[in-house]
Amino acid sequence: MSNTAPLLQVKNLRVEFPTRRGTLVALDDVSFDIAPGEVLGVVGESGAGKSMTGAAIIGLLEPPGRIARGEILFAGKRIDNLRYEQMRRLRGKEIGAIFQDPLTTLNPLYTVGHQLVETITTHLPLNPAEARKRAIEWLEHVGIPAAAQRIDSYPHEFSGGMRQRVVIALALCAEPKLIVADEPTTALDVSIQAQVIALLKTLAREKGTAMMLVTHDMGVIAETADRVAVMYAGRIAEIGPVREVVKHANHPYSAGLMASIPPLDRRVERLAQIDGAMPRLSAIPQGCAYNPRCPQVFGKCRELRPDLLDAVTTRAACWLYDTETARG
Amino acid sequence: MFAFIINRILQAIPVMLAVALISFAMFAYVGDPVAIMLGQDFTEAQRDALVHDLGLDQPFWVQFATFTGHAIRGEFGLSYRLSRPVAELIGERAPATLELAFCAAVLALAVGVPMGVYTGLYRNSWLSRFFLTFSLVGVSLPTFLIGILLILVFAVWLGWLPSFGRGDTVQLGWWSTGFLTWSGIKALILPSITLGLFQLTLIMRLVRAEMLEVLRTDYIKFARARGLPNRAVHFGHALKNTLVPVITIVGLQLGAIIAFAIVTETVFQWPGMGLLFIQSVGVADIPVMSAYLLLIALVFVSINLIVDLLYYAVDPRLRIGRGKGGH
Repeated sequence: MSNTAPLLQVKNLRVEFPTRRGTLVALDDVSFDIAPGEVLGVVGESGAGKSMTGAAIIGLLEPPGRIARGEILFAGKRIDNLRYEQMRRLRGKEIGAIFQDPLTTLNPLYTVGHQLVETITTHLPLNPAEARKRAIEWLEHVGIPAAAQRIDSYPHEFSGGMRQRVVIALALCAEPKLIVADEPTTALDVSIQAQVIALLKTLAREKGTAMMLVTHDMGVIAETADRVAVMYAGRIAEIGPVREVVKHANHPYSAGLMASIPPLDRRVERLAQIDGAMPRLSAIPQGCAYNPRCPQVFGKCRELRPDLLDAVTTRAACWLYDTETARG
Repeated sequence: MFAFIINRILQAIPVMLAVALISFAMFAYVGDPVAIMLGQDFTEAQRDALVHDLGLDQPFWVQFATFTGHAIRGEFGLSYRLSRPVAELIGERAPATLELAFCAAVLALAVGVPMGVYTGLYRNSWLSRFFLTFSLVGVSLPTFLIGILLILVFAVWLGWLPSFGRGDTVQLGWWSTGFLTWSGIKALILPSITLGLFQLTLIMRLVRAEMLEVLRTDYIKFARARGLPNRAVHFGHALKNTLVPVITIVGLQLGAIIAFAIVTETVFQWPGMGLLFIQSVGVADIPVMSAYLLLIALVFVSINLIVDLLYYAVDPRLRIGRGKGGH
């Protein structure tokens, strides 16, 4: 991985929301790379900044949110400071996006064919007839039966799982190099989730598409991702190869998160949980944001914020891995 | 689709009958037509003869059935005031009101919708704030005041536009139009603005509110994420989704424009149905009043039917009988 140039580089990204009661820092010092064809899983509790990171990458932060510091580079070029129109040309064409709820991401008033054709003709030099042919191919590709007939159906005529397949076709139809998938299966039935994830995985592999997969489903991550980033209170707590993070998490938060996955092979009286709740953005404690909940907390954690440090198998933002810190 | 239309028409019948009953009841309770028609001096025999001629000695339901039967054929009797058939009077006045209502509606839509879209898209711009302030004026000032103010400025002070009447009209068959002469068009401007201003601001505020709502939806976010140009996102995806509530309100308001042009027509002495109605009220000219009431009810019922049909055209989710999804 180190010998290929990264497709996406996020460097020290900071996203702020100016509010009447002062500025909220939604993301701080977030840095990661995604290599071409790689799947990066992003996990964390709700409000940890997972979706916000995705929104920042596709340039669709909800105002008044704004990138206050840092850079986002796509294929070596900065994209965080592009004008709206330049960024628009990248969206869909180079960076696709899939959202959480397929029931609301499709415009109810247009047929799926219309929405596919308009996306294809926006980005590819095809005439409407060719675009329609391409649209039917894509619907077949994502596993819509009788695609040639279903192309003129409206979104409400499809089930949830089928709609998410249509959304995937829409996100991929201009063959972007990167997909930002924001909880693509959360709103689906459990039985459909596996199918949709398998489909995404297959398509990404076939087309060599890199993916940033935001989810809080550790099962999905373990199955799909090459690497995983654990986020906490707007920062990356730990990032590393998926096997290492799932099996031997180094950051106490990731360890707690993994421990809270109920084991299948034995009965447990009480499910493991991390005590307390993630702090609100307006009340992030001094030092490490996780320190009030951390079982291994010591003096330095309450004073200084750790950056990502080398923890042999992964990189973790935890003072435990600071070579100069004596364990407390 | 056809069954739906039939169904709606059947539903409209009781409504129309109820209105017919009310307008018929006016004859019995508002003033005494016999006394009005006879004037000051009459004999008892003259009176009885008239009562018999008019059929007023027959039972209530027979009278109502006769009235309804005549109304269906467009016969509403003679106006007490002008002694001419009511249908003829309304027929003469209708073009004036309909042309005025048409201009007011076109003005309200052609200006209100773009203003609503603009203020929805650029809600913090200086121009949007101006539009919103202006719309408060439109919503809150009463129609007669706006009319009088416009007359004061454009007719009295500036002398650009006439203060009353339709100007010269051209007769096209039974329809008299003001669209074909310069003075006719000039005469339409002030009344149209007066009549349409409230609807304009209402439509603007409605479209704005709907746009703000729709722009927050996931499918708009997804349309942006697909890299569609702004034009397609705003006008293709967002505006179309605001149309269902807008059509509802515009439909009802169009009915209101036709029905309640009374104030505007009075202020501008516009020779339309509203002015005819208000003059008839003054002298308790009940045949005209009841015919007008029925006509307005018919207008509202028809507009509601058209609005329902437009829903079908706009929103595919309402269409039934198409292929079912893979549920």
